[in-house]
Amino acid sequence: MNEEKEVEEQSIPLVLEKLEEHHADALLSQDEMRGTIVAVVRKEQVYAVLEYLKTDPELAYTFLVDVTAVDNSQMESELMQFDYARFMVVYQLYSYQGQCRVRVKVPVHENDLSVPSVTGLWRGANWLERETYDMFGINFEGHPDLRRILTPDDFQGHPLQKDYPLRGRGERESFNFDKQNA
Amino acid sequence: MQGGQERATGEKMVLNFGPQHPATHGTLRIVLELDGESILKATPHAGYLHTGFEKLGEHLDYNQYIVVTDRMNYLSPLSNNFGYVLAVEQLLGIEVPKRCQYIRLLMAELSRVADHLLWLGTAALDLGAFSVFLYSFREREKLYSIFEKTTGARLTTSYTRVGGVLRDLYDGCEEDVRQFVSNFPKALKETHTLLTRNRIWMDRTKGVGAISPDDAIDYGLTGPCLRATGVAHDIRKVEPYSSYDEVTFDVPVGTNGDVYDRYLVRMEEMIQSCGIITQVLDNMPDGPVNVEDNKITMPNKSDAYGHIEGLIHHFKIVMDGHGVQLPKGEHYCATESPNGELGFYIVSDGSGTAYRIRIRPPSFFHFQALPHMLEGGMVSDTVAVLGSLNVIAGELDR
Repeated sequence: MNEEKEVEEQSIPLVLEKLEEHHADALLSQDEMRGTIVAVVRKEQVYAVLEYLKTDPELAYTFLVDVTAVDNSQMESELMQFDYARFMVVYQLYSYQGQCRVRVKVPVHENDLSVPSVTGLWRGANWLERETYDMFGINFEGHPDLRRILTPDDFQGHPLQKDYPLRGRGERESFNFDKQNA
Repeated sequence: MQGGQERATGEKMVLNFGPQHPATHGTLRIVLELDGESILKATPHAGYLHTGFEKLGEHLDYNQYIVVTDRMNYLSPLSNNFGYVLAVEQLLGIEVPKRCQYIRLLMAELSRVADHLLWLGTAALDLGAFSVFLYSFREREKLYSIFEKTTGARLTTSYTRVGGVLRDLYDGCEEDVRQFVSNFPKALKETHTLLTRNRIWMDRTKGVGAISPDDAIDYGLTGPCLRATGVAHDIRKVEPYSSYDEVTFDVPVGTNGDVYDRYLVRMEEMIQSCGIITQVLDNMPDGPVNVEDNKITMPNKSDAYGHIEGLIHHFKIVMDGHGVQLPKGEHYCATESPNGELGFYIVSDGSGTAYRIRIRPPSFFHFQALPHMLEGGMVSDTVAVLGSLNVIAGELDR
């Protein structure tokens, strides 16, 4: 039983070990929450880190499970920890080979909302990044088609930002569909 | 496919498919660029059913949000209820009693069968096989009676609670389920005889909408659509949750990743689910169905009426800002829903309301990969491929 536990403990930090070896300058913090490794990395190096996680034969995080963001503007502790970066873009990865998950997070400041797009690594990232742009206003640089996806094209604002009211900002005045056809 | 290419005239036609097309089963829209009958380009559009579920999650408390999860994949609301409370419980760090785990497992598998049955009926109906629709809805109706008796609702079940379930199974539930399970394989065989070796069905589905395993992973496909390509990945097997490690079942896989394989995988999954259900019923433990912690679950009605502690606990659970409170932190929990990996990513700031709830719906990825499966094919394949993916607008747009 003890031996098993030791093996488990050794196998979990492999990701962090390798990241520290190859991308130590990119790592801002590392943590483990409920069995999942969480690595916070610098925005400039996120593409390189994700590419490394995907292509390294020992790690092989080939499956991009999810891309989303969190608006930390009402979470003081998170803000203080990461130099008052308002947004945190979150990537969830899964390795079919190692059957384990890792979460990569990127702090994004409000004055520069651009993050490198990972559509070059996973085609599935396309819509995920479009949704994150739609909901939070994060600009994914290098995305082939960064349009709104869930809200209409002429929608104003980004609904999942914390300062966006639950009931919206009034009704839509017009549908441009009518204008186009008038 | 070749015939279409030869007839190509170089003139393009744009065909708008949906959002009110009967084969879209909801509010999906695809803009097809056609050259003759072959598809040059397909552009899916999502968002017609966007309801702001993720925003709502930041304003409802943890138990109130269960009601919202019913509306995501409305073909298997019990699986959504299950996946959501599992995420909350894992972040809370509690484990529900064995009986509760088994009841949830039973309901999740029954709803998997119900989901696949509806998929089977409508996908076959789209391709013109009307009697399959009637057969599968006849079986599905039996399941919905069981759901109705258990949860009080056919569709908006809201059966699970943080730390338990709404109530124990009703008297006679086991007999009802056993009767269903014993008749079901025979009923499914009728469908097999109608479709599996049917010349028309095979011509319409074999080799249509094929996707390779690498492309499927690249696009993020999960569930039956991924397994049809030959990747034997099932979250119930590799990350067993809620006692899935105590039942034995096989993970059916396909070889070509086409519409026909997705059909076969789903058909076999229903049989495997029946096996799981029988094992669950055989080994169903006795005991409570809720965790015995009145800070998390409601006290008995007799306690709430008869004892001051019970009354206080009841009052605190239902009062705004006093209910279930999660520790500060974040957690991503994935479950194998009938359509694939259904994930809930919950960020908690330590209060009674989630700071952020992110839902990772399987349909979002399947709909995104649609152009890859359609382009180069014929326009009549659109309905076959779209039907085989089982894209549910409720969870696609949230």
